[in-house]
Amino acid sequence: MNIPPWLRPGLVRLRRALPRLRRDLLFAAVGVPLHALPPLLALWALTQLAGLLEGTSDAAPVLLPVALGGMVATAFTLTEGQRWRLRRLCGVDLPRLRFTQARRQFGYHFLAGPLLGVLEAALLALLLAGLAAASVFLWIWALPAEWRLANMGYATEAGYATALGLAAVAVVPPLAAQLLRLENLLLTSLLGVGRAEELARRVEDLTRSRAGAVDAADAERRRIERDLHDGAQQRLVSLALNLGLAKATLTDLPPQARQVIEEAHREAKEAIEELGSLVRGLHPAVLDELGLDAALSGLAARAPLPVRLRVEMDRRAAPAVEAVAYFVVSEALTNIAKHARATRGEVTVTLLGEILRVVIADDGVGGADPSGGSGLKGLAQRVRSVDGAFRVSSPVGGPTVMTVELPCTP
Amino acid sequence: MIAEDSVLLRIGLVKVLETAGFEVAAEAGDAPGLLEAVREHRPDIAVVDVRMPPGFADEGVRAALEIRRQWPDTAVLLLSQYVEERYAADLLSANTRGIGYLLKQRVADVEEFIEALRRVADGGTALDPQVVAQLLVRRPSDPLERLTAREREVLTLMAEGRSNAGIAGQLVVSESAVAKHINSILAKLDLPRADADHRRVLAVLHFLGVA
Repeated sequence: MNIPPWLRPGLVRLRRALPRLRRDLLFAAVGVPLHALPPLLALWALTQLAGLLEGTSDAAPVLLPVALGGMVATAFTLTEGQRWRLRRLCGVDLPRLRFTQARRQFGYHFLAGPLLGVLEAALLALLLAGLAAASVFLWIWALPAEWRLANMGYATEAGYATALGLAAVAVVPPLAAQLLRLENLLLTSLLGVGRAEELARRVEDLTRSRAGAVDAADAERRRIERDLHDGAQQRLVSLALNLGLAKATLTDLPPQARQVIEEAHREAKEAIEELGSLVRGLHPAVLDELGLDAALSGLAARAPLPVRLRVEMDRRAAPAVEAVAYFVVSEALTNIAKHARATRGEVTVTLLGEILRVVIADDGVGGADPSGGSGLKGLAQRVRSVDGAFRVSSPVGGPTVMTVELPCTP
Repeated sequence: MIAEDSVLLRIGLVKVLETAGFEVAAEAGDAPGLLEAVREHRPDIAVVDVRMPPGFADEGVRAALEIRRQWPDTAVLLLSQYVEERYAADLLSANTRGIGYLLKQRVADVEEFIEALRRVADGGTALDPQVVAQLLVRRPSDPLERLTAREREVLTLMAEGRSNAGIAGQLVVSESAVAKHINSILAKLDLPRADADHRRVLAVLHFLGVA
């Protein structure tokens, strides 16, 4: 069949619109019984209750809990029905509801639902009436002749009816689409997860995933430390030992050879030192075995300036918290040595209830800016990764005091 | 007697010890093996790694304490990748006779290592400079602040377990100068005078809060 070109876009639009219309109408049609059931049930329960109260009902008092239970069960079943309807027809998957949301389920099924049901029924009725009116000329002949005789001039009326019917049929698709949108909105807001719940769930998810990331990074640091410790470091020590042995025993070597051995020996020892400080910056094993106090005393002892250390902890903190505290002190002491031109430092660690407070002070030139230096920024980030607080007071001219508070609740 | 789980390092240590004239009676790769070997051979000194299988934690320290308890005549030299004054404190709280605790990398300086080994085998003490440094950090520093820089150096070397001659050699000064420094240190820190080397170390360590 040849379709005139001017008609084609319209046909294409029609072909696209028809399945949508079918879907919208089906949605409304399925909605009517789903929405009609709760009010009918409620009505029945109310009449039973009223009858019971007036003494006119012969039903046993047992019926009341049965009716209430039925309502609850219906609400849940209908919710599943609504979920199915939404998933099947709109592709929207509502999350499974918990019992705590029963109030909203009731609100939907017994208040909003019936209203929606009425609208759906009205829409379907409008469609049927519209179709009937539009096709009036087709079936009017089937009416008894007396009626047609009694209503002379029915052709004009039938003409009006056809026009009205066509108009009704024409407004049904947009109305159905609007109704579908409205229902989707109500369904997702009442039967779906609320915004507050959604946010709470999201925060919970994020907290968990961040803790996971922090733990994973910690575990990775520990693994690297162990690998270096048990592998590379041991080999280097053995190498340096052998070179030292060569240096001590091979006394009759030519001077050049001796010099080469001495050089190699020195470099091996330097490599051990470097590897050692790398490992210490990562996550020293002593932190796991003996805790923050022991690990920090090692840090303080190796700092190039005298550092006084005070640690008051009556118990161990969580491994992630200890790791952050250790990192903070390690970085801070490095910073002080590099930039502060200080003559002495002081590290105080106190566990006050649920807060681990780390204070690092020096008598240097001050002027440390947490927004500028990447070192301080990294510190702040690491502290924030466990929800800690980070403060730096560093007026130009000093002294600099860095306070870090880490929550120890799991 | 050597207990060290890294085979490479163990071979190296054996070589060093044999070069220095020690006789290596046995080698062990873990703590139970070490105790077994000490029971059997009763060595003069056991060189022990702190971290050993199976736990790779402080097995060596615990084994060393066990050795000190059961066979007090066997000196123990602990080797560790990192030094930790807690371990040293555990060891030294028993007594300071024949105890050494060194960083593993010190074995690379063969002569110094041998010297420390001899000292420990003879009933002396050898503490790693880093252990001593850690002890100084923890100590309330008031009396230490009265010390001069040179006196601090001497105190550190003294706590490591060195004799006057050893300190003099390290600092390149005369022995009498060292003796003068030590007198002044002991006076400032209010430590009792003592003649034997290890008694002196004990006094210093006592002051530093370990023994």
